[in-house]
Amino acid sequence: MNGVHDLGGMHGMGPIPREENEPVFHHAWEGRVYALDRSLAAHQRWTLDAWRHDIELLPPADYLRMNYYEKWLAAMERRVVRYGFLTPEELKSGKAARDSAKAVPALTVAMAINYKRNLPSPRDPSIKPLFHPGQRVRARNLHPAGHTRLPRYARGKSGEIARDHGVHDFPDTSAAGLGPKRQHLYSVRFAARELWGEAASPRDSVYIDLWDDYLEPA
Amino acid sequence: MSAHDHDHEHQAVPSDPALRVKALESLLTEKGYVDPAALDALIDHFETKVGPRNGAKVIARAWVDPAFKQRLLADASAAIAELGLISHQGEHMIALENTPSVHNLVVCTLCSCYPWPLLGLPPVWYKSTAYRSRAVIDPRGVLREFGLELSDDVEVRVWDSTAEVRYIVIPERPAGTESLGEDELAELVTRDSMIGAAKLKGPRR
Repeated sequence: MNGVHDLGGMHGMGPIPREENEPVFHHAWEGRVYALDRSLAAHQRWTLDAWRHDIELLPPADYLRMNYYEKWLAAMERRVVRYGFLTPEELKSGKAARDSAKAVPALTVAMAINYKRNLPSPRDPSIKPLFHPGQRVRARNLHPAGHTRLPRYARGKSGEIARDHGVHDFPDTSAAGLGPKRQHLYSVRFAARELWGEAASPRDSVYIDLWDDYLEPA
Repeated sequence: MSAHDHDHEHQAVPSDPALRVKALESLLTEKGYVDPAALDALIDHFETKVGPRNGAKVIARAWVDPAFKQRLLADASAAIAELGLISHQGEHMIALENTPSVHNLVVCTLCSCYPWPLLGLPPVWYKSTAYRSRAVIDPRGVLREFGLELSDDVEVRVWDSTAEVRYIVIPERPAGTESLGEDELAELVTRDSMIGAAKLKGPRR
């Protein structure tokens, strides 16, 4: 989706906020949000791509105003209902319904800590690459309304395959619940001048990780 | 950061995030979906066990052991696994070497992808809209804001982490560190240098 989260190249966001001796969490509740999120992920009801899309779907003004863990919290409040952890009434009242579903088995410390995502092997030989290192490619001019990891600033731009990362899940379908549609992922080098015009340094470049479905031969 | 220190009287619901989180935690605990002890353990993991010290160990090893550095550049996931540091959000790693002629800088313009097992959770600046928007269009200006002026003949490579690949920068080993051991070298390596936002200084004399 062409959302405010797709920030690459935007102006007007102000100076970079740097903090000396920054704590891992600025408030105790931020740590709780993080840990709740990791614990819910261990139930494997969503993919990380769907998770990211939930954050992107926050109203744009909220996305820009909220701090990082406020965004996580706001998305989590929607998600716990959508994926059946809580009913809307439970979320509203703060009380579990008497006959409500319970986790079987209950989540343990070990399950929460040891949870690992189900990532494909990048070396799966059954899925062939469509492009090869050194090849000139163009990022397709795509504007899907759903989740995508093709940044707007790269669409329609030409670059060169720098490296084949092997086989990875495709975020667009994975986020939409349409399966992982595994395919090759590449590091694609774009000259800074191709992306940003003559004002950019002729030496500089941006490397973006892009999937087969985002690319066409140039 | 203290947006909710002011009077709440006229504030619309939803209210204070701390209260909302507490309500969620208690409901999800009652229903067995989370365990407060697991929440404590996860928080402790990132507050005390994981952080940039892990990445610093990898960098110091690369500086003192050329064979390890070659393995790190060829297959970072495997080389880092030798040190037992691969886990969630760091499954597919790439190491980028900064040199006098090439400077690498890592960003995630679309969200906040970051190599958790090596650097811990990302700092606020890395997640900020300011950094995410400008790192790709004006990396030299961003680095200047960090106090790093790069000459025109240095090549800047920006890495936008749009997939499940995570990047770590191997900063240049500072001059005057020839006599230091691996542990002392690791002490010199900062978080920002492993993102590419800083160069390292030698030991204080």
